[in-house]
Amino acid sequence: AAALEASKSTYRADDPATPEKDATTYNNFYEFGTGKGDPAANSANFKPAPWTVKVDGLVGKPREFGLEELLAFPLEERIYRMRCVEAWSMVIPWIGFPLAALLDRVEPLGSAKYVAFETVVRPEEMPGQSGYFQPLGWPYREGLRLDEARHPLTILSVGLYGKTLPNQNGAPIRLVVPWKYGFKGIKSIVRISLTETPPPCTWNLAGPSEYGFYANVNPAVDHPRWSQATENRIGEGGFFGANRRDTLPFNGYAEDVASLYAGMDLSVNF
Amino acid sequence: MRSLPALPKRLHGPSIWALYILGFLPAVWGFYLGATGRLPGNAVKEFEHLLGIWALRFLIATLAITPIRDLFGVNWLRYRRALGLLAFYYVMMHFLTYMVLDQTLLLPAIVADIARRPFITIGMAALVLLIPLAVTSNNWSIRRLGQRWNKLHRLVYVIAAAGALHFAMSVKVVGPEQMLYLFLVAVLVAWRAVRKRFLRWRRQGTAPMRSQARAG
Repeated sequence: AAALEASKSTYRADDPATPEKDATTYNNFYEFGTGKGDPAANSANFKPAPWTVKVDGLVGKPREFGLEELLAFPLEERIYRMRCVEAWSMVIPWIGFPLAALLDRVEPLGSAKYVAFETVVRPEEMPGQSGYFQPLGWPYREGLRLDEARHPLTILSVGLYGKTLPNQNGAPIRLVVPWKYGFKGIKSIVRISLTETPPPCTWNLAGPSEYGFYANVNPAVDHPRWSQATENRIGEGGFFGANRRDTLPFNGYAEDVASLYAGMDLSVNF
Repeated sequence: MRSLPALPKRLHGPSIWALYILGFLPAVWGFYLGATGRLPGNAVKEFEHLLGIWALRFLIATLAITPIRDLFGVNWLRYRRALGLLAFYYVMMHFLTYMVLDQTLLLPAIVADIARRPFITIGMAALVLLIPLAVTSNNWSIRRLGQRWNKLHRLVYVIAAAGALHFAMSVKVVGPEQMLYLFLVAVLVAWRAVRKRFLRWRRQGTAPMRSQARAG
């Protein structure tokens, strides 16, 4: 990971940032294995450059963006809370730019209602995508409603802790939606498509009763196999530090985003 | 029948104590790493999972004693009580870690977990069922209960199955590791259903040879 310049944004969580070592060695990135340490251990051969992201679907100007072009967007550092659906959390200084800025360049059509994302498929570089045991169907897919995608909090991230993204964190470009569970933050993106209908999402397909399309952080709606009322803050307190804290609605971003879901029953649209 | 060189009788007792010491090493080592901040990421979960996986390993080891004797003529029966008790201690440590370090004694959350999450309910059931086995794991109980002791301790089949299921249901995607434990428990329990027939078949298979030898 190389050093990366970015201006400081006003989006800065008050919580202290998670130690960089934890944020870069405790990851879910099943393309490199299902263990938390697997992504850091198995991603050395992954080549995040050269890279292009294809943006197509219901847009006026479909096109491809090269990595240099993506890095040329005005980059900001944003310190966001990150809440995993597995009831742990981190605080991460991301570097990136609003997804809306990229969408503006391709001129979405009026019929576009959703944004679909796809991760790269490279079994030869991603050991979790090869072999007898395949935990998920590839490519990994995620999706957002267009208004969620255009929300100022939603960013495409190209770095963290002042450097370009390490492979295990989704190099060279990934999605960060801080009010949603971490699995919505699709990594190593190669394609962004605008669609009229809700796009298929990998975890939602794997377990529709466990992982909803919206996946908004919600302490009131439990995952069937664990409570979402509290969370374990990684890298804080250690063994006896009582690092368990209450989970906040929309991961503490309710003021910014709750209005997106006005009138919706969030226990149904979880 | 093949067999390993027999352990001298005077070492039987000490070897059991050695097993207890070895058996507790993973827990002690994991606790040391966690308490000194050397477990990566989610230290409490790592420790909790380490204790759970070793509980399952010891349960499987207790189930393996009989087939090993049946198939290889190696009698490790003297270690079975220690293995079973180690499984019990690891299950208790696993639960205590979940309660104290992970859930920080938030009792309503713990009760809700046990009642509402099937994988935790199953794990808890396995723990509860282990208690009577641990309590009756002494010679006095064995003498006192007689045949009823054997019946009672068949609960271990249910407990091991529940343990492997608890493990498989706790992960987001069931992978090779969970499959392996489910498979081992299934094979070891299934052995109980066929072992009598197998032993009879082997006795009959070797009987003519013996009579020939005598005749010769």
